[in-house]
Amino acid sequence: MDPNAAVDRAARASYGRLVAYLASRTRDVAAAEDALSEAFRLALETWPSAGVPLNPEAWLLTAARRKLIDAARRERLPVYLDRPDSRNFPDERLKLLFICAHPAIDPMARTPLMLQTVLGLDAQRIAGAFLVSPTAMSQRLVRAKQKIRDAGIPFELPGREHWAERLEAVLEAIYGAYGAGWDDSESNGLADEAIWLARVASSLVPDSAEALGLLALMLHCEARRPARRGPDGAFVPLAEQDVSRWSRAMVFEAEECLSRAAKMDSPGRFQIEAAIQSVHTLRAATGSTNWPAIRTLYDKLIDYAPTLGAFVGRAVAIGELDGPTAALAELDSLPEERVSNYQPYWAVRAHLLAAVNAPLAAQAYSRAAGLTGDEAVRRFLIGKLGNCV
Amino acid sequence: MTYAMMFYETPEAMAERNSDKAPAYWAAWTSYIDSMGKAGVMKGGQGLQPPQMATTVRLKGSQRLVQDGPYADTKEQLGGFVTIDVENLDQALEWAARSPAASQGSVEVRPILPPPPAR
Repeated sequence: MDPNAAVDRAARASYGRLVAYLASRTRDVAAAEDALSEAFRLALETWPSAGVPLNPEAWLLTAARRKLIDAARRERLPVYLDRPDSRNFPDERLKLLFICAHPAIDPMARTPLMLQTVLGLDAQRIAGAFLVSPTAMSQRLVRAKQKIRDAGIPFELPGREHWAERLEAVLEAIYGAYGAGWDDSESNGLADEAIWLARVASSLVPDSAEALGLLALMLHCEARRPARRGPDGAFVPLAEQDVSRWSRAMVFEAEECLSRAAKMDSPGRFQIEAAIQSVHTLRAATGSTNWPAIRTLYDKLIDYAPTLGAFVGRAVAIGELDGPTAALAELDSLPEERVSNYQPYWAVRAHLLAAVNAPLAAQAYSRAAGLTGDEAVRRFLIGKLGNCV
Repeated sequence: MTYAMMFYETPEAMAERNSDKAPAYWAAWTSYIDSMGKAGVMKGGQGLQPPQMATTVRLKGSQRLVQDGPYADTKEQLGGFVTIDVENLDQALEWAARSPAASQGSVEVRPILPPPPAR
């Protein structure tokens, strides 16, 4: 194998496992990352001439471990680094995920920290996805790692009593990564990374119904990515998507996750959201959307997680079932200060108004267009705005 | 904090102002500016005519040098600016990313310089 490709592959497959293992022994995430990047550099230098080792992961672990010991000696710090069985060292990624989502960590830093430590994404790319300056993002990450090291956040799995709440924060953070990758139709790769993280989480916590629910939710959304843009790059709303362009493999896997989750009889927000997407996906088989089911699911979702998105989603279902006036009344009941910058609210409002009041619809389309950062969506909304006048 | 957002547009985007794409061009900007107004963050701002309409003046010794157009011909030209009042840079960047210029050109966001300290 080409040595550079081997390093790439090892980085992708083993980065999180190696960082998690090293950090769990030293409690110093930044030092573990530095040691590992040194090890990768060494691999790039030596593998082309010496050949790719039989077990690249074990080689990297040994090299990184040596770097950590050297660094600690230079600083005259004590090192507690056991000599691991490098072929079979424990997977500490779950601990690392839990630490990244620890309540003591700045909530704004949790998702970026996860992306960096578990997946090895650089601060520049994370900064772009979360729309903060690269310097600010680096500082945020550095502070979070210092906190882990200096505040004594334990590298242990939380006790069972904190399990649900802490796992929820982990899943939240993964969903945050997916959201950050969503806008771009060409996918900045974060959506894939989030799905990968959810796979890791659900394989590490196989009895979590919500981890499976989150995976199912993201797979359903991801399955439609190819259909969200027309051949000319134009935005295509869900109702007009060509269902033959939805990825069947992803839909199939999503359904499989969701039914496994359902058997655990432990419902939650992500499972309900996945079930809503599942109903939309059924259109590919039946040719029509079961709106009563969607409305019932949104009612249930609001019981679990009364987010703005859930209310706006339910208004869409109400509009389909009872007509725009009823749906608009629902939207009017939402607090004005919360909706003023919430783009989906204005897009849905415009869609509902289009049938009853063209001038007001035009205003709402304009507002929705002004709040989106996605050029294809903006063009779509302005096209609709043009139809209102 | 108050930030200036400077919208840099490509020549192609700026040329849309006088083409059959003009309605979409203006609708995008109007929507964007209106949504900042409705959100109560906008303090002021202006659009600018294209760089061909610019005239540059500098003094070399006592001689005035007047030149047609901007000095350097860069790919992106300042098309306008807006000042907004928001809590922090993250919020300013969020608004900047929503501008039509962000998808074709770029948006520079800078904090406004506070008045110099009184003596």
